Amino acid sequence: MSKFAGLDYLHLSDFLTEEEKMVQETVRKFVDDEILPVIEDHYLAGTFPLSLIKKLGELGVFGPNLPEKYGCAGLSNIAYGLICQELERGDSGVRSFVSVQGSLVMYPIFAFGSEQQKEYWLPKLASGEKIGCFGLTEPDFGSNPGGMITRSRKDGNSVILNGAKMWITNGTLADVAVVWAKDEEGTIRGYLVEKGTPGFSAPEIKKKHSLRASVTSELVFQDCRIPAENELPGVKGLKGPLSCLNQARYGIAWGALGSAMATYDASLEYAKSRIQFDKPIAGFQLVQQKLVYMLNEITKGQLLALRVGQLKDAGRVRPQHISMAKRNNVDIALESARLARDIMGANGITGEYPVMRHMNNLESVKTYEGTHDIHTLILGQDITGIPAYH
Amino acid sequence: MNIFVCVSQVPDTATRIKPAADGKSIDRTDVNYILNPYDEIAVEQALRVKEAAGGEVCVISAGDDSVLNTIRKALAMGADKAVHLKTDADFDGFAAARAVAAYLKTANADLIFTGKESVDSNSGQFSTFLAALLGINVVNIVVKLEISGTQVKAEREIEGGKELVETTLPAVISCQKGLNEPRLPTLKGIMASKTKKPEEIAFSGGPSSTVITELSKPPAKPAGKIVGSDVTAVPALVELLHNEAKVI
Repeated sequence: MSKFAGLDYLHLSDFLTEEEKMVQETVRKFVDDEILPVIEDHYLAGTFPLSLIKKLGELGVFGPNLPEKYGCAGLSNIAYGLICQELERGDSGVRSFVSVQGSLVMYPIFAFGSEQQKEYWLPKLASGEKIGCFGLTEPDFGSNPGGMITRSRKDGNSVILNGAKMWITNGTLADVAVVWAKDEEGTIRGYLVEKGTPGFSAPEIKKKHSLRASVTSELVFQDCRIPAENELPGVKGLKGPLSCLNQARYGIAWGALGSAMATYDASLEYAKSRIQFDKPIAGFQLVQQKLVYMLNEITKGQLLALRVGQLKDAGRVRPQHISMAKRNNVDIALESARLARDIMGANGITGEYPVMRHMNNLESVKTYEGTHDIHTLILGQDITGIPAYH
Repeated sequence: MNIFVCVSQVPDTATRIKPAADGKSIDRTDVNYILNPYDEIAVEQALRVKEAAGGEVCVISAGDDSVLNTIRKALAMGADKAVHLKTDADFDGFAAARAVAAYLKTANADLIFTGKESVDSNSGQFSTFLAALLGINVVNIVVKLEISGTQVKAEREIEGGKELVETTLPAVISCQKGLNEPRLPTLKGIMASKTKKPEEIAFSGGPSSTVITELSKPPAKPAGKIVGSDVTAVPALVELLHNEAKVI
């Protein structure tokens, strides 16, 4: 059994199936055994724990909600959410790796790829033999991806790519990049670009203060020639990449709760044992208020994630539902991390506790995969009918 | 190789156990049950033998329907099939051994793994009763195991040392911590376990021959004793550790 007992104040596990509970328990134990012992050192060194990739593949967390036929586990979306939650209790960087591999690389190949692309790539990506990354964001086009300047041009049986992508998780590690570019008609299309293709490079972005146990890169295409069959045939337009982001954002909405549970748990234990003025600081009203805020918000976040998961499993989820869950849960996770740090005083800033690492990670999670503010505008447009992006 | 593993469910080791109002059983409210940790080692060992020598691993568990979750965990780790000896009554190790032996009499078992004990009742009798009822060999508290053909070499823990034992199959092996590090189920294994439906057979172990007459919590720990705070306290501390606590 895991050393972490979990946080389930309202017995929401009653709504989980037996296999969803088993998945959660299994990944929780994996995090205790394999991630927590090494993550702090990797974070400080600014390295991704590469030795985890094969183990994560064996466990089966890459694209676990895709069908068994492609080497995946065929789990429910709620199980996928629980996996993200448990992994992010370890570290947002590790969860990001898994989100990118499953939701942003395997999902588009599964949803928009040819049968040949699926059969070649999905089993290798599921096992962790191959690593993928997703190139949408550009240096000058983040919240406005439709303005991208990366271009693709047909040349006989080839496609030639020019442009650059920025803030790409796993970029330098990846064997294959799912890259979105505008073709000669100005339509956004997806392409699979393999590592080592002439004209393609992926330098790592250094000096990050957040997601330090995760590789973040730039992707550069200079007359990069790929076979025309590397185009994803099944989708045209911005809805391609946005549907991938929807999958990933769903996982993030659950993942952030794992991070919040980690900081809540650390600060609760600390508050119960830290003595000031002759009693545990957990016995002071201001500390209790902070702890109760965390408990309350995490529990509300769990209800939100669970309901969105149920809707997703029932095929009834809308992107706006996912925006609501991602927006809320990352926000309360970051707030919880800050409160936990506060409760722990100076101890909260050290690597002895996971709190500052989570807090710094969540600063990225808040603005990646649709910033907090963009999700506000998505919801704002949904209820008023009036877009307020520009 | 025809391999069986006997498993039981026990309260999660992190659960705080309270005696129930009758004073003879535990209060089951909010108790989370898990696969007995020693049985987990037994499942792992069974899977390793199967992976090396081929064959099939069958899990056996006795109890009410709540043991199905425990069986499922063993199936998710990779066991091929399972038998549920169903009863709603409580039973002791001897009754459980009779029920399992009745099933295994005709099952042609080569190897039967058990945990060295369950971490709830800790009686540690089941493996020996089972072997005796089946009339086959048994090696208990095994920390190292080698099997080639029908030859078994086992290292077992004994007071203050180790003992090397040789025997032949068929045999019952009870597993101790250190024998292996149990694997986590994979997510595919968890999904596959859904399709492996345990065979349900009525528990035929008969009534227990022991009866629990009382369960009580251990007495509360007395407060610690501080004999001093500097080096001058060492002789007094040594004296107390030697004569009172008798640990050195």
